[in-house]
Amino acid sequence: MIDTFDLTLPAERWSVLLGPSGVGKTSLLRLIAGLPCAARLDGRIAASDGAPLAPRVAMMAQDDQLLPWASALDNVMIGARLRGDRPQRDLARGLLVDVGLGDRAARKPAQLSAGQRQRVALARTLYEDRAVVLLDEPFSALDVLTRHRMQDMAARLLHGRTVVLITHDPAEAIRLADRAWIVSRKGIAPCGLPDDIPPRAPEAAATLAAQAALLQRMRRFCAPRAA
Amino acid sequence: MRSVGRRFWRGTTAFLVAIALWQAVVGLTGVPRFILPGPGLVAQALWDNGALIWENALWSAGNLGLGLVIGIVLGVETALLLTLSRRARWLLRPMLVVAQAVPVFALAPVITLWMGYGMPSKIVTIALVTYFPVASALFDRLMALPTGLADLSHLAGAERWRETLLLRLPHAVPGLITGLRLAVVYGPLAVLIGEWVGSSQGLGHLMLMANGRGQTALMFAALFVLATLSLALWVIVEALSRWSVRRLSSA
Ligand SMILES: Nc1ncnc2c1ncn2[C@@H]1O[C@H](COP(=O)(O)OP(=O)(O)OP(=O)(O)O)[C@@H](O)[C@H]1O
Ligand SMILES: [Mg+2]
Repeated sequence: MIDTFDLTLPAERWSVLLGPSGVGKTSLLRLIAGLPCAARLDGRIAASDGAPLAPRVAMMAQDDQLLPWASALDNVMIGARLRGDRPQRDLARGLLVDVGLGDRAARKPAQLSAGQRQRVALARTLYEDRAVVLLDEPFSALDVLTRHRMQDMAARLLHGRTVVLITHDPAEAIRLADRAWIVSRKGIAPCGLPDDIPPRAPEAAATLAAQAALLQRMRRFCAPRAA
Repeated sequence: MRSVGRRFWRGTTAFLVAIALWQAVVGLTGVPRFILPGPGLVAQALWDNGALIWENALWSAGNLGLGLVIGIVLGVETALLLTLSRRARWLLRPMLVVAQAVPVFALAPVITLWMGYGMPSKIVTIALVTYFPVASALFDRLMALPTGLADLSHLAGAERWRETLLLRLPHAVPGLITGLRLAVVYGPLAVLIGEWVGSSQGLGHLMLMANGRGQTALMFAALFVLATLSLALWVIVEALSRWSVRRLSSA
């Protein structure tokens, strides 16, 4: 997988990771979250304040991982129940409204579309209200318009949090990133971004130019090694 | 509801066809009635010995019901205990594995030797043969929490009992159903074996007695009643299974 790297993710900012499928992005995220993981890490992961990271992390996995037997609403509140906290129904309902599923709160995952399930998982992650939020391709199943809305909403609700976002979409990376990196087998390389503050307007000239530049850089950086 | 009705009719048709085949075999081969009585004779025996069969059926059914409940409750408790306690797992898991390799039915004579011909030995036998499949089928599923759900619990820092109650148990319901399916197959078998090993009452006892006296039709009648009892249990588990699937996945 990834060879050697030294990655410093800025606190209270959006860090975006891009890279080819199978390179180890999800594994990296699991390592940060302190979850069991197939990859071996020779080295360490630490927070700048020295305190343990795990209890401050919320993660949204690549596949939605919803409880098939529970309603969307109960899925959003499962973290609270697992901790033994009182579930906050109004908060959960509000988040479901935010992700556009206010009228689907009673549905079970099997009765939702893939994109709707993904949004329930997003609401569940937001419900956790953690300082560090790890998002593994959180908008991958959404249509362009819904995706834009979700990006704006997430940017708003997660403002001031330390966010790590994995995506395959250069447009998404440019739109949301405070910092962005390309992950490849050779290592992890930072990439340039426009100067303005995210979320950036998707149709602005600077955004589009940055997208094009990123795509080109990825082509070069991640090209399969010559035989 | 309509599908229930349709299934009922399908079952009835299959039953009637089986009866017709049976009658045909008896009629065409001309086997003597003490070897294979026709359905008419069995029905007659059922009617003539109604009180006798009823009395013995009640005893067997009572044992079966009680034994099943005890076996299932203890099985569920064991599975939960093993899930919750690492120490219990360390100690008891090998026993569960070994117990599955030993044919528990073979213990029926031992149990009868220890506990006598009465109800307790029958109930213990039934409870024992239902206990192990329920405990192990449920336990296997309780321990097989999918990674995604395990992650949720891990990230929330959930205590083991909360994780078990909120995630493992709902996920393990299909395992419980598997255990129940086995239990309702083994239970009636245990009734028969327990009573054959030694009893003065029950459908199994009645079958042995009728056999000894050459009353083959009565033997078949008793068997028919036991089969009906098994079928009723199967229908209950089937309904539970459908309900749980509906409850736990969609709707
Ligand atoms: N449970 C596992 N057991 C063994 N190998 C695994 C396991 N999970 C992942 N891998 C391997 O680790 C490598 C990195 O996987 P990872 O899921 O981190 O990739 P990724 O960068 O997230 O890819 P994608 O963009 O497709 O999600 C892959 O080559 C994969 O085959
Ligand atoms: Mg991945």
